[in-house]
Amino acid sequence: MLVTGAARQLGGRFVRRIQREPDVDRVIAVDAVAPGQRLGDAVFVRADIRQPAIARVLAEHMVDTVVHLDVSGKALGAQGRTAVKETNVIGTMQLLGACQKAPSVRRMVVKSSTGVYGSAPRDPAVFHETTPPKSLPGGGFAKDAAEVEGYVRGFARRRPDVAVCVLRFANILGPDPDSPLADYLALPVLPTVFGYDPRLQFVHEDDVLDVLGIASGEPRRGTLNSGTFNIAGDGVLLLSQCARRLGRPTMPLLLPAVTWVGQALRTVGMTDFSPEQIRLLTHGRVVSTVQMRETLGFRPRFSTAETFAEFARSRGPGLLPPAAVGRAVDRLAALPFAGGTGRAPGSSGDTHPTPSVR
Amino acid sequence: MADAKVIPFDDDRSRSGGVPRAGRRRSAGRGTGSVSALPGQPAAALPPEGQEEAVAGPEGVGGGGWDRRIAGGLAFLRRRLTGEYDVDEFGYDEELTDQVLMSMLRPVYEKYFRVEVKGIENIPSDGGALIVSNHSGTLPLDGLMLQVAVHDNHPAGRHLRLLAADLVFMLPVVNELARKAGHTLACAEDAERLLRQGEVVGVMPEGFKGIGKPFGERYKLQRFGRGGFVSTALRAGVPIVPCSIVGAEEIYPMIGNAKTLARLLGFPYFPITPTFPWLGPLGALPLPTKWTIQFGEPIPTDGYPMEAAEDPMLMFNLTDQVREQIQHTLYKLLVQRRSVFF
Repeated sequence: MLVTGAARQLGGRFVRRIQREPDVDRVIAVDAVAPGQRLGDAVFVRADIRQPAIARVLAEHMVDTVVHLDVSGKALGAQGRTAVKETNVIGTMQLLGACQKAPSVRRMVVKSSTGVYGSAPRDPAVFHETTPPKSLPGGGFAKDAAEVEGYVRGFARRRPDVAVCVLRFANILGPDPDSPLADYLALPVLPTVFGYDPRLQFVHEDDVLDVLGIASGEPRRGTLNSGTFNIAGDGVLLLSQCARRLGRPTMPLLLPAVTWVGQALRTVGMTDFSPEQIRLLTHGRVVSTVQMRETLGFRPRFSTAETFAEFARSRGPGLLPPAAVGRAVDRLAALPFAGGTGRAPGSSGDTHPTPSVR
Repeated sequence: MADAKVIPFDDDRSRSGGVPRAGRRRSAGRGTGSVSALPGQPAAALPPEGQEEAVAGPEGVGGGGWDRRIAGGLAFLRRRLTGEYDVDEFGYDEELTDQVLMSMLRPVYEKYFRVEVKGIENIPSDGGALIVSNHSGTLPLDGLMLQVAVHDNHPAGRHLRLLAADLVFMLPVVNELARKAGHTLACAEDAERLLRQGEVVGVMPEGFKGIGKPFGERYKLQRFGRGGFVSTALRAGVPIVPCSIVGAEEIYPMIGNAKTLARLLGFPYFPITPTFPWLGPLGALPLPTKWTIQFGEPIPTDGYPMEAAEDPMLMFNLTDQVREQIQHTLYKLLVQRRSVFF
């Protein structure tokens, strides 16, 4: 089995984990830079997937399964956006070309993103795997992912004997994530788009590893692990909810101002606040996970809310921790003019809020 | 408004302690001695509280109710501020809708338009249903009132999920509130998804043609799109409930349409009414017409074979049937109506 993008957090964890599987003989981890973490018994080959050398690696090790994780929205180290795009797109092209010539390859798993659906006000509320995007992603990682998927489809046509699985992940969060959205949520004050409250879905890193394991092995009884699948945790969180649960104040800005702030932050290098990111934070995106459950036979352990809670714990409290806000409300309840009720919260029943609550 | 549900509780209290309270009020000047001797109100009527109530008069009645409301309100506030509430995949925030948005719309519904609802029993108590209604009034207030009507009148407390035009989801603030109130984009995917989940979905197939028609064409139903709502209902196998709304046509009598301005702003029409835009924001106040919302007999769709949803003739027939029924009900209601405003 060959895993690309092994120097990244997710790739490294997947390499360490998959070598424990009984039917995996050997794991070849590939990346252009040396991994910062131990990879266990895996063989690390320092190769750039943008170079044709990758074909030699495939032939030399008689690889039968390729897990292509080197499709990512964020640069590793001091790379620029151009280098990331090159790795995503040119790297995928080279890798697929090499795989096409390698007769030993039987299975291919590609990490993609739900970003390929774009986000627009005219889109249906929930995307299925077959929903065509109303507006194609104009640039950034989403466009890369869309192009990568296009090449993968071409590869699947040319090599019908290879089982190809494309996994479209929602925003991946975990204890130590590296994604533009995680960087955004780490800002002390979250700039939001005034008048919009996007719906977001998250998927936990552990679930990502699980589903990659399912996709890279033989399909279990009654399931099929080739095709395209949306991978997301159950449930939906609004951005305002996320901010409150994180305890970070939001700063609503008008849409043009958000674009400027995004550019400014990008120039400073704090976050990759790309236009597609802004579109996500304007209109939101929710995908259907019916195929993931019924065809792929995968049930995520973490819901969107649980994933987010874990992420919030790992980040520490923000400027307005929810616990402190809760205490402040309790103190308000204890004030004499508010009635000084000692009732437990949750006894609201059918009562309506007093005007001051709004 | 919000008091509606609390009044009976207070009523009970004041009825049970009605006579003693009158006595108490009279005795307030003399002292609190008589208060402790109240029959049937043991520990609750502590002397200071009793005195306070007596002085405060009617406002003090049902202090317990207020306490509960404040406690409920604070619990609500706490949940909102800490983000501990749930929304569904469409962004529908049931708690916010029930407690805040509905309470804000209810005075408009009850006091301003004095909506009268008929035939609410035609909406099934469980399972999906597609409510098809006429659309009018320049601004989509009829949709909001329909939502309040279903929410407040249906015995099973059903929530109406409206399908809205894409313009709604392009406008800031409006789109946020619309999503939280449970509206979603009027497209077959979303409608079918909601119907399969067993929700009551509301649709106004006339769209902008209906809402933006000139005043002279009031109560004349426009074309019902391409009948997409019928095939969606067929595919989901849910009944279609025709609904006629009378009164919404006259809230903003649209006597002109500034088409150039509309195109400039990206709106489908820009209304000119006798008061708008001449009186500025004051002109945007709707006329206080009297409304009637009538839900008609549901039209079942479960008797058709699977491929029926693809049959254009059947679609047109069913669309016409729904349209005719709404139009007839409109005429009937208009004949019964005494005046536009009463």
